[in-house]
Amino acid sequence: MSSTASAPVQATGAAARPMPGTLRLFWRSFAENRGAVLGLSITLVLIVVALLADVVAPHSPIEQFRDNFLTPPVWAQGGTARFLLGTDDVGRDILSRLIFGARLSLLIGIAVVALSLAVGTVLGLLAAFAGGFVDVAIMRMMDIVLVFPSLLLAIVIVAILGPGLFNAMIAVAIVTLPSYTRLTRAAALSELARDYVTATRCAGAGPLRLMFNTVLPNCVAPLIVQATLGFATAILDAAALGFLGLGAQPPTPEWGTMLAGALQFYQRAWWVLAFPGLAILLTVLAFNLFGDGLRDALDPKLRR
Amino acid sequence: MLRYLLRRIGMIVPTFVAVTFLSFMLIRLVPGDPIEVRAGEHGVPPERLAEFRHQFGLDQPLWKQFLDYEAQLLHGDFGTSIVTQDSVLHAFFQLFPATIELSVCAILFAVLVGMPLGVIAAVKRGSGFDYGLMGISVTGASMPIPWWGLMMILIFSVALGWTPVSGRISDAYFIDPVTGFMLIDCWWSDDAGACTSAASHLILPTIVLGTIPLAVVARMTRSAMLEVLSEDYIRTARAKGLGGLRVVVIHALRNALIPVVTVIGLQVGSLLSGAILTETIFSWPGVGHWLIESIQRRDYPVLQGGTLLIATLVMLVNLGVDMTYGFLNPRIRR
Amino acid sequence: MPLLEIRNLSVEFPTARGVFRAVDGLEMTLDAGEILGVVGESGSGKSVTMLAVMGLIPYPGRVRADVMRFDGTDLLGLSPRQRRSLVGKDIAMVFQEPMTSLNPCYTVGWQIGESLRAHNAVPKSAVRDRVIELFRQVGIPAPETRLRAFPHQLSGGMNQRVMIAMAISCNPRLLIADEPTTALDVTIQKQILDLLISLQRERGMALALITHDMGVVAETAHRVQVMYAGQMVEEQRTDALFAAPRHPYTAALLDALPERAVGHARLPTIPGTVPGIDDRPAGCLFNPRCRFTTERCVAEPPPLAGPAGARARCHYPLDAPVAVTA
Repeated sequence: MSSTASAPVQATGAAARPMPGTLRLFWRSFAENRGAVLGLSITLVLIVVALLADVVAPHSPIEQFRDNFLTPPVWAQGGTARFLLGTDDVGRDILSRLIFGARLSLLIGIAVVALSLAVGTVLGLLAAFAGGFVDVAIMRMMDIVLVFPSLLLAIVIVAILGPGLFNAMIAVAIVTLPSYTRLTRAAALSELARDYVTATRCAGAGPLRLMFNTVLPNCVAPLIVQATLGFATAILDAAALGFLGLGAQPPTPEWGTMLAGALQFYQRAWWVLAFPGLAILLTVLAFNLFGDGLRDALDPKLRR
Repeated sequence: MLRYLLRRIGMIVPTFVAVTFLSFMLIRLVPGDPIEVRAGEHGVPPERLAEFRHQFGLDQPLWKQFLDYEAQLLHGDFGTSIVTQDSVLHAFFQLFPATIELSVCAILFAVLVGMPLGVIAAVKRGSGFDYGLMGISVTGASMPIPWWGLMMILIFSVALGWTPVSGRISDAYFIDPVTGFMLIDCWWSDDAGACTSAASHLILPTIVLGTIPLAVVARMTRSAMLEVLSEDYIRTARAKGLGGLRVVVIHALRNALIPVVTVIGLQVGSLLSGAILTETIFSWPGVGHWLIESIQRRDYPVLQGGTLLIATLVMLVNLGVDMTYGFLNPRIRR
Repeated sequence: MPLLEIRNLSVEFPTARGVFRAVDGLEMTLDAGEILGVVGESGSGKSVTMLAVMGLIPYPGRVRADVMRFDGTDLLGLSPRQRRSLVGKDIAMVFQEPMTSLNPCYTVGWQIGESLRAHNAVPKSAVRDRVIELFRQVGIPAPETRLRAFPHQLSGGMNQRVMIAMAISCNPRLLIADEPTTALDVTIQKQILDLLISLQRERGMALALITHDMGVVAETAHRVQVMYAGQMVEEQRTDALFAAPRHPYTAALLDALPERAVGHARLPTIPGTVPGIDDRPAGCLFNPRCRFTTERCVAEPPPLAGPAGARARCHYPLDAPVAVTA
């Protein structure tokens, strides 16, 4: 039986070695996963589109074409090549709004992930290093956050801070905080038990150096995966808040807000609803696929 | 088992107090003075405001107010709606069965469809079925619920006319809310038409709310089954000459159930998040719909009381999941 | 007619880097009532061979053989249903890791009863009594209460007794014991081994004892097969093998026994490891580790040669007159 184990053992050994070839090996095992490559490709396209929104978009996202209310997409009857995906109820080009919306969605993802990742990592490290009361206090706080359904808590936070894109991002960041904190704490605790940490400590490293230079780099892999998946959650949650009228406010071309705007017309103009939602789905799917692929490539234990 | 239970309950108490503190602070943090909101925007003389403040105890120090609030909660007073003047607790329990009905249907849908699919995918790992299911599963988990719900309405209700657009039952029927669970009430009323109507109103919301749990359950079942199927005791079961189905269901699934049940339990929070959106889309008269309305009307006592009640329920459900876990896994029993 | 007869068995596993052949051209015969010791290092294909007999090679492994017969029945031609009625009843197996080989979710009594029920070995009402009787036979004290224990509540030795009880529950004619004592404490090892031997004697079943411990073989087996890298390299009667091993690998294994190494300053070892998928040598598979390797050993794989029942896979068997100029 042990003969069959020879292949994975070798692969693991290769991935764990921090050699110049590590990146290439990592890429090889990542590229094996077709879904992950697809996710990465969509993500890259999305980033390019978002960066070049001004160049790529055929129209301004907020310009209202007064004689083109609810124009269907180009392939449907009554569609025109001027508005490839049609226009909404006040004559704005949906494609252009989607393109500028990509910019917003990525911005939301980056801001939310950066915020909750930074705070969560520090809290998690603190809990792991300090132990005792600090540990209990931090982890209890996270448990309390987790007791609320995430969307409900986000709604409550937005109710306190007032609606708007910025406040919605803060709300989502708070809601997603526990996963980073828990992850960092767990990873740091398991690293702290290792001999190399003891060795560094014996060499006289201070607690801050121990925290950030010694332990943190070894907890990075799961955090990267969580951050990628967190991107997807952030975009999804922000869109839900936008849909409920608590996120970005019109006329901001945020995808969730666009869905809310479509509510009154979608039964006669399906394209007003279909495309923004499809954009959300595709983006979230891309980050989820990418994140899953990263996890499989980074974590040899989970590899098939 | 009893000691484990008591310890678990003991752990809940401080969490609960902290949650009540958060909900206590909520009403004080939201923009707008609750007294001014309550008194309306007409010019009210300042003495009268001060009188109100005293009446509601708002001139007391914060810690005293908090203790009063705790005492109120212990007496079952979760606040009063500004808009309807109705007790929050009363309104909650009137609306909650609708949410439970929808959530239970969604979870059942997710488990009954997702678990067999996950088991089949694990048994046939690497097959086209496996890849297809995992592709669908990650798509389902990425689904923006509002869009998904509206698209379903657009296709099945508007274009095909198969299912109703919103609500719990057709206006043509009046069903006395005995239990609050529409299906059960219809069953008792012996009205076949009402039953059909209630069931047809449930289909789309169930699918929409069940989509993400379905994706998660299918995926989790698959990976748990893959792990269990490579265990030594599965080989032992096969070496006994047991049938394939018996090995998969009796020996593997029973063990795979432990992580799957945990995951289903953890889904309760996200299920309620989904319920808020689903109820809003389908005008489903449950607590999610109610809370969103309360925000739009700035009815903060409802938001406060409702949030607290939901958080309490999530805590209780988590406790229940832990108990089930203990029951399923003989190793942590005793 | 032998009870178990295998000719030219091969088991292959496709891997990312090509097909791995875990068992290669294996021959084996086992008579009723005989104890066969199958010896080899880990990775030599002993367990895989036995799993192939049981039909337990996991997907995507492939099993091929010219002949694989149990009591005249072609094991490869069986339908899954026919195989299931044979496996667990006439052929039973005891595994290496008693702690993980029992399902943690069910009581040990239930798990043995399941075997009885699956093969309708006794009437339903008699299952419990039969389980208690089996517990007695394998030396588990207080069977009535142990019946309701979960595997995690018992020790490794106890669990292995449970596994043995389960294996003998339907009176098998062939019992395969795959390193039954490896995972146990040394003091328990002897007890389990004695139990297996006494059960074998009482019931007259055939016993295939897989082990990497030559000492275990010396005390128990009638006949020995030595395996190396998926091939059988030598077979002999136990006494003959210990007296005059013919394959250099067998000789090296015997030299590594502490009892035989008296006089050496250090215990002799065999340098290197069993070849895996990447380092399978040309010619004789043992040539990189053999003391007597010649050019011929590197160039051409040796056939299994010698008198029936005492064959060896070597160009230069040790008892043959040395007629080479190497």
